[in-house]
Amino acid sequence: MSKENKPGFWERNRLSGGYVLRKTVTKWGVSIIRFVLLFGLCFMILQPVLNKISVSFMTEADLYNPIVISIPEHFTTENYLLAAELMSYQKAVVNSLLISFTIAVLQISVCLLVGYGFARFEFPLKKFWFACVMLVILIPPQTIASSLHLHFRFFDILGIFKATTGNTLNLRGNVLPYYLMSAGCMGLKNGLYIFMIRQFFRNIPADLEEAAYVDGCGMFQTFTKIMLPQTKPIITSCFLFAFVWQWTDGFYSKMFLGGTKLVSTGLARLVDSLQAFIQRLTGTLTTVSVAYSNCILATGTLMIIVPIIVLYLFAQRSFVESISTSGIKM
Amino acid sequence: MHKRKKYVGLQRRKARAGYLFIMPFIIGFLVFMVRPLFQSLYMSFCTVELGAGTFNTVWAGLENYWNAFRVDPEYNRLLVEEMTRMMVYSAAIIVFSFFIALILNQEFRGRALVRAIFFLPVILSSGVIIGMESNNQLMANLANTIEQTTSGVSITGALEEILRTSGVGVRAFETVFELIDNIYDVAIASGIQIIIFLSGLQTIPKSMYEAADIEGCTSWESLWKITFPMISSLFLVNWIYTIVDFSMRSDNAVIEKIQKVMIEQLRYGPASAMSWVYFLLNLAFIGVTTLVISRGVYYYE
Repeated sequence: MSKENKPGFWERNRLSGGYVLRKTVTKWGVSIIRFVLLFGLCFMILQPVLNKISVSFMTEADLYNPIVISIPEHFTTENYLLAAELMSYQKAVVNSLLISFTIAVLQISVCLLVGYGFARFEFPLKKFWFACVMLVILIPPQTIASSLHLHFRFFDILGIFKATTGNTLNLRGNVLPYYLMSAGCMGLKNGLYIFMIRQFFRNIPADLEEAAYVDGCGMFQTFTKIMLPQTKPIITSCFLFAFVWQWTDGFYSKMFLGGTKLVSTGLARLVDSLQAFIQRLTGTLTTVSVAYSNCILATGTLMIIVPIIVLYLFAQRSFVESISTSGIKM
Repeated sequence: MHKRKKYVGLQRRKARAGYLFIMPFIIGFLVFMVRPLFQSLYMSFCTVELGAGTFNTVWAGLENYWNAFRVDPEYNRLLVEEMTRMMVYSAAIIVFSFFIALILNQEFRGRALVRAIFFLPVILSSGVIIGMESNNQLMANLANTIEQTTSGVSITGALEEILRTSGVGVRAFETVFELIDNIYDVAIASGIQIIIFLSGLQTIPKSMYEAADIEGCTSWESLWKITFPMISSLFLVNWIYTIVDFSMRSDNAVIEKIQKVMIEQLRYGPASAMSWVYFLLNLAFIGVTTLVISRGVYYYE
């Protein structure tokens, strides 16, 4: 059959006995259904965010106005100013950035070591220690929270502090214990990172390392010079997880970092601070209307997630690619 | 003696290096996990008295557990509610994320964008933000207003009415309706699970589907005969992850209760008892379901 007189669609359909038509209709049908479904679901996920954006620009009068639904009548940025003041936003962002970044770096570097150790070396009791990693994943931090609380309230190493100063150290509300815990892989979801990193290393062929050993490279040097350069995808994804989860974490922040102003604890306390703020203004005991406090809350939430979303947009491609190529295979 | 013989020469050096590599974990585990774990277990049997600069524990036997179950007015109810909610939602999350992963694995225009949107919940559902979401009254008011202005025309509402009046399996339907009404919660909790399923789906060789297609397999059949067995191990992983994730969420009623008892009322003993009961229940649930699911898991190779 020459190129000039390629048969038309219907001609081909007739020749194939209706197969072409059926195939085309199914293909289009599937895409249309898929489009509608995905559009709906994406809208559902995005809708609260969009909604918050529109609410955050409304004045209080707009909130009660039944005609105003998504486009504010009196456009205002006052909510942002108020929320920023209540959360001490600038300070909190700087603190949170600093803490989330350092914690994430610390956690990931330690977890990399541990994950590599589990993936590549044979040693006695390996199964037992790995079971401990699983246990760390499974134990909710809340279970040990109360005793950790006391552990750091009356902190002491082998009674040294008690002997020298006559008192135990109160490390609660201090940043130090959390860094210590992170260095010991006991931070937020660290078991999960160890697990993911181990799976990743197991998928890398061992030939390169063997070659390095044969050439006289030490164990640690092999790790830093040969293995680390290959781990970019898993480091990216784990780092992002660690950063984001640390950024929004309320549990550990409330427990250890209570004294430091952070965006997550600021947000959790936002409604109360709003109430206190208004009471100070009016001088009388007043309750803030639900609508208004929710409006401020929406603004605060937006202000918290904007930095992460910016980060996410930059890292999105490498994040999604890395997580799907690194493969959390079992 | 037998063990030591096994690790000689290079092997022995490697074993030592292995221990050095996992040393941070061992130290961290011993210092920050083992002690608090046993201490909290011990405290759950004690009355803890906070003094100036120190604290005393007085052995109280099973009193805290008795308190949690028989004296505390809410704990039982919260526990039962949370466990049921967890079962229903975990199942829904697994099904939903598998379905979405199947769709996102297909080729279509704008796939990168849709994927990015579906992974957004990983951020939106973390930490303090999820708690904000669930009790936002303003949104609820807004939804009410919209519902009223559309004068109650709702396909799902009509469908629910029809199914309700049919009178068969009403209770099962009610659960499904609740899930559909809360589909947002399901979607927002399944970000990681979608990623895990998707990464699994991408490891299935294309040649398998081609072979099945040539043999006359429909896509429906190859879904059950190829896709399902090939990523069945991921179902297990996702199931465990979902349950763990669910039991640690900050808007979890039991967790809130424990936090309240511990931090506001400073009653460490009862709080430990409550969290141990919850933890053990979760562990038992994970154990039983893992056993059941792992029977169905198929390992390729």
